Amino acid sequence: MSGLLYLIPAALLLGLLGLAAFLWALRSGQFDDLDGAAERILYDDEDR
Amino acid sequence: MNARLADQAERNARAPGVAEGLQPYIEAVDGISRLNLLVDGMHCGGCVNRIETALAKEIGVVEARANLTTRRLSLAWRDDENDAGHLMAAAERLGFHVVPFDPEKLLGGDKEAEKELLRSLAVAGFAAANVMLLSVAVWAGHFQDMGPATRGLMHWVSTLIALPAIAYAGIPFFRSALNALRGGGLNMDVPISLAVILSAGMSLFETYRGGEHAYFDSAVTLLFFLLIGRYLDRRARGRARSAVENLTALAARAVTVIEENGATRSVSIDAIKPGTVVLVAPGDRIPVDGEVVEGATDLDTSLITGESAPESVSAGDRVFAGMVNLTGSLRVAVKAVGEGTLLAEIARLMEAAESRKSRRVSLADRIVRIYAPAVHLAALLTFVAWMLFTDISWQVALTYAIAVLIVTCPCALALAVPVVQVVASGSLMRKGVLLKSGLALEQLAEVDTFVFDKTGTLTLGRPELVVDGSWNKDDLRQAAILASASRHPLARALAAMSPGSRTASGVEEVPGSGLRLDTSIGERRLGSRAWCVVEDEDASIDPELWFARAGHDPVRFRFRDQLRDDTAETLQSLQKRGYAVELLSGDRPDAVAYVAKALGIEVWQAAQTPTDKTAYLEGLREAGRKTCMVGDGLNDAPALAAASVSMSPATAADVSQITADIIFQGDRLSGVALAADTARRAHRLVRQNFALAFGYNLLTVPLAMAGLVTPLIAAIAMSASSIAVVLNALRLGWRR
Repeated sequence: MSGLLYLIPAALLLGLLGLAAFLWALRSGQFDDLDGAAERILYDDEDR
Repeated sequence: MNARLADQAERNARAPGVAEGLQPYIEAVDGISRLNLLVDGMHCGGCVNRIETALAKEIGVVEARANLTTRRLSLAWRDDENDAGHLMAAAERLGFHVVPFDPEKLLGGDKEAEKELLRSLAVAGFAAANVMLLSVAVWAGHFQDMGPATRGLMHWVSTLIALPAIAYAGIPFFRSALNALRGGGLNMDVPISLAVILSAGMSLFETYRGGEHAYFDSAVTLLFFLLIGRYLDRRARGRARSAVENLTALAARAVTVIEENGATRSVSIDAIKPGTVVLVAPGDRIPVDGEVVEGATDLDTSLITGESAPESVSAGDRVFAGMVNLTGSLRVAVKAVGEGTLLAEIARLMEAAESRKSRRVSLADRIVRIYAPAVHLAALLTFVAWMLFTDISWQVALTYAIAVLIVTCPCALALAVPVVQVVASGSLMRKGVLLKSGLALEQLAEVDTFVFDKTGTLTLGRPELVVDGSWNKDDLRQAAILASASRHPLARALAAMSPGSRTASGVEEVPGSGLRLDTSIGERRLGSRAWCVVEDEDASIDPELWFARAGHDPVRFRFRDQLRDDTAETLQSLQKRGYAVELLSGDRPDAVAYVAKALGIEVWQAAQTPTDKTAYLEGLREAGRKTCMVGDGLNDAPALAAASVSMSPATAADVSQITADIIFQGDRLSGVALAADTARRAHRLVRQNFALAFGYNLLTVPLAMAGLVTPLIAAIAMSASSIAVVLNALRLGWRR
């Protein structure tokens, strides 16, 4: 049972990392244009 | 000079003024200017790429980023190297119409609310997953001799995760519940907030005294499920609304003022005073009420009167804001702007009708008014009964009472409506019907009468040439040569019937009368009866053009505003489903009678002003009828607001689109029948969902009152009922 003492914090930490990553993505505007991002990848941008 | 060239010159003269009107939209910081633009005509990734690439190549541009979802473009450039007018012109050259907008005014708050929900959703999701992980261990421990110390640890860790998560993710519900209570009412969020807070509180107490059962998992998964419903609902509505807002903003224009020295200047509409003289070029919408001081033209008055045939005006005639100038350029002395215009009068009528409409209450809120007191009473009864008839301690009796509140927590009930609305609005949107609010769907399901406007709704709102044998192919070809030089809708319709006809040079347009061309074999005229000197007094209900040339009798081209392809079919299918169908038009009685007869509509009214239309709908309402008004013109807007629910085609006037609850796109009317159908099916599903939710409560409430519900049973029962409700809602998308 003593394994719980580090397994639970480890699980929580991983979960928190995921949450933080999502909140960062949201803040940096990655969810603003879901339609455009899907199509944007089809075009080269080397000539810009 | 050729009429067209004159127009072109006039447009060119205005071009430099455009940049002046832009100033309020530009935000300049540290030498970098920013401008937000709406882009009309951007539909795919290719368009995004073309715009971004082309603008990025312009000198001084530091950022050009287009958003395909909202059809908006954000531009940033170094002030000293380029200017806004130049960049907008670059976008226009690619074939996209761009209009500046103020991001604060469009959707500002809405976007923020959507993000808040998404953040809450993420936090609730994180907490739900982790608390559930710990709860499963505790549940398994009940059967495998988990020691009280380990269980206590699990509960304490759950507490640490759940309490902050509830405090954060519950805010949208708590806030709304508090607002409702302050207003002296109840909404769905009151029982939700109460259940979440009580279950968290009781679990904390149980954890503190080392008890066996904690309901943290119920509280956070409940929040998680509800937030999913809320977020989907908000997103679907936000999209429909932003589409409509974009359309509105695209129409906003600056006004060209003529100063006393004859110079022209582009000015914002807010700065115009009565007495000013403004220039209205052909193709522009008249921005003010006023009197024509110079020029003659044909006006498209359909926005104000619903009349399809253009009206001729010349110096001394009154014109009203909202009419579209078709042929010649006009100088108009301003009599009224803003609040003083006929347009504003219509808007006031509309507001009055809207305020009556805002008293509508959604089905879910009506149910919760009965449901919430019943549940709270059941919990109280449980507590009192256990205290009176048994000798258990008050703490245990309270536990049972709270368990009643937790299992009755209206998870399924709160999901019953939004899930169906999300599925319904999604499936309608894919078919080109935009729902602006979920409430519209509920109202539409109860409608028994459809009232249609004629011009632009049942018809396409543009005239087409009638093939009636009074003219031959050669007449058409010769007339089209003149017609293709004009902007007049009848001339355009004529030219469209003879594709590939060349335009002769030297066609002269006399606004309000017709076209003239001198050829080697004599003069040719195309235009009104008087213009072609026809003495025949045969009255016609349809708009007409006459064509006269030397050596031939004048011939008549008749036009008719054609019905949409599927108008008859749609009206029939509505009537077959038991809806009453009526016609309410501002057009001339003979024209309306003709259409009503052709479509088999028995109840019709003609020559209706906006006030008449509103009064007519109020009359229907007082007679106990639930009406759906379908209309497109500005003259319909007050009537749209007065009806229980309203629809507009996407070609409608901006005001009508804002007023209407539902917008249908494309040239077909079938969207109306489709929306009515979907609304009825959605209504049926909502009722089934309520039945499911109530059935679940009938089953679990007695168990809870008997003190038999443990967190495991609560978790299973609550998830099962929520999933049943969601699956039932998805059936709406499966059929067809």
